[in-house]
Amino acid sequence: MMGYFYLIASIFFILALRGLSSPVTARRGNVFGIVGMVIAIGTTVASPEVQSYGWIILAIFIGGTIGSFIAIKIQMTALPQLVAAFHSLVGLAAVFVALAALYNPVAYGLGAPGEIRIASLIEMSLGMIIGAITFSGSVIAFLKLQGTMSGAPITFTKQHLLNAVLALFIVVLLVKFAQTESYLLFWLLMLSAFILGFLLIIPIGGADMPVVISMLNSYSGWAACGIGFTLSNAALIITGALVGASGAILSYIMCKGMNRSIFNVLLGGFGGESSSTANGSHDDRQVKAGAAEDAAFLMKNASKVIIVPGYGMAVAQAQHALHEMAGLLKNEGVEVKYAIHPVAGRMPGHMNVLLAEANVDYDEVFELEAINHEFSSAEVAFVIGANDVTNPAAKTDPTSPIYGMPILDVEKAGTVLFIKRSMASGYAGVENELFFADNTMMLFADAKGMTEGIVQALSQ
Amino acid sequence: MNNDSLSITEQATNIANQAANIAEKAASLAHSITQNLVEPTSEVLASGPMFLQLFTIFILACFIGYYVIWSVTPALHSPLMGVTNAISSVIIVGALIAAGPAGFGFSKVMGFVAIMLASINIFGGFIVTNRMLQMFKKK
Repeated sequence: MMGYFYLIASIFFILALRGLSSPVTARRGNVFGIVGMVIAIGTTVASPEVQSYGWIILAIFIGGTIGSFIAIKIQMTALPQLVAAFHSLVGLAAVFVALAALYNPVAYGLGAPGEIRIASLIEMSLGMIIGAITFSGSVIAFLKLQGTMSGAPITFTKQHLLNAVLALFIVVLLVKFAQTESYLLFWLLMLSAFILGFLLIIPIGGADMPVVISMLNSYSGWAACGIGFTLSNAALIITGALVGASGAILSYIMCKGMNRSIFNVLLGGFGGESSSTANGSHDDRQVKAGAAEDAAFLMKNASKVIIVPGYGMAVAQAQHALHEMAGLLKNEGVEVKYAIHPVAGRMPGHMNVLLAEANVDYDEVFELEAINHEFSSAEVAFVIGANDVTNPAAKTDPTSPIYGMPILDVEKAGTVLFIKRSMASGYAGVENELFFADNTMMLFADAKGMTEGIVQALSQ
Repeated sequence: MNNDSLSITEQATNIANQAANIAEKAASLAHSITQNLVEPTSEVLASGPMFLQLFTIFILACFIGYYVIWSVTPALHSPLMGVTNAISSVIIVGALIAAGPAGFGFSKVMGFVAIMLASINIFGGFIVTNRMLQMFKKK
């Protein structure tokens, strides 16, 4: 009987994800997700295995209060850190559930302690190992995104060999544990998995964190799956598989957006926060610099302006000023659109959320494939806080580290306006030839200050 | 032919008897070790076909996930992460079972902490997703 309710919960979860196919149905989808969760929890609580409720209610109350508080307070720019932190909690929860199942197998219908089936032991170990890797990996991802830890990749010689040896060690321990059901081995297995998760993420640079978060999202799903097999619970398996697939697909999309393979990302060592002027060769060529008034004049007289926002815009909190600027331009009869690169921001879809927060209508926001052909018909491309995703070297220079990456063809616009604080290169540490192009005007300033300057010039 | 099926029936009864025996032993063991009244059912023994069933569910769910996720619009990839984050906390089901039995023990403490962690995620995940989606309202 309980199985039916778990099935219904799973269907609600599928509908929750299905709702996200359009912003119109998405909120209903979220409600479906909540309903599914209530059904799943209610079913378990109503089951004969659960006999005492006090502690459960207390735990849900404490967790719920903390979670709600954080979710209400969090800034949208800090969303990636939040998601990383949340992933770590799922991972840790999986570890604890696996421990509980090992120490009290009777409650889970796994037989008496010391006599758990080998299959169940393997399943719970897998759930625990993936959970532990998710936990420590997510903690590192969180620290890197939060800036507590440098985003620069931490590499040392024989790093990958060490990881491989550790992974092998985990497999050996797993086999031994399945044969003996030794508690000591289980704890050792857990410790090794924590260390492996930590070692796997430290060599990955801050710029690759979007891929890492997606990947850890996937892991948290597979951890839930492992626990689902242990408990023979279909709802856990189905949900875990959905989440696992989701994270894997997002990782794939992110990698494609950078034209890199997932292995290339995971092996790490690419870029870093502070890798400006990578080649050390200072360019003495002249760039054309302009002021807010010049930019305002150019855009006011254009018939179409395409705005290319990057993470720099979010860091400077310039999105509200940007929206105001776009509104003023629209009043002048200018057509304004936003172009979003798949890896803009620090997590998949981050830039869309930041623009939505600034009240930008989602109908004006376009993905790379949908808008790239329009740059040639736009008088002005307004690049704010983005760099690498506009670099033509990705198309022309096979020696460039970003060669092959799909980019926004801003250079095809009549004039390219670049807001940048300095000539420093982007995350990938690559010079952008576009800065020196004839049709480029550099606006050297803080993104927010410059945009406000343009707003002022426009409203005069 | 008739003989064969007879012997199969016999074997089946044999196995069933053995199963019943083992189940009884398991039950008494469980009783002696904990005060729990949860009886190990025949599910414990029917592990083979059970695993195949679960594995089938798993593989089919992967396919559903694949197709459903590809249909998510890229603009909503952040809310997608929020939702998947929240629903992956359905792992709370396992934690509830650990915290459920009367009495007190290591597993119960583990269950308590896991419920707390998963609840942070469930409330946090759904609320933050809702906050994001509110912004995607038609202007």
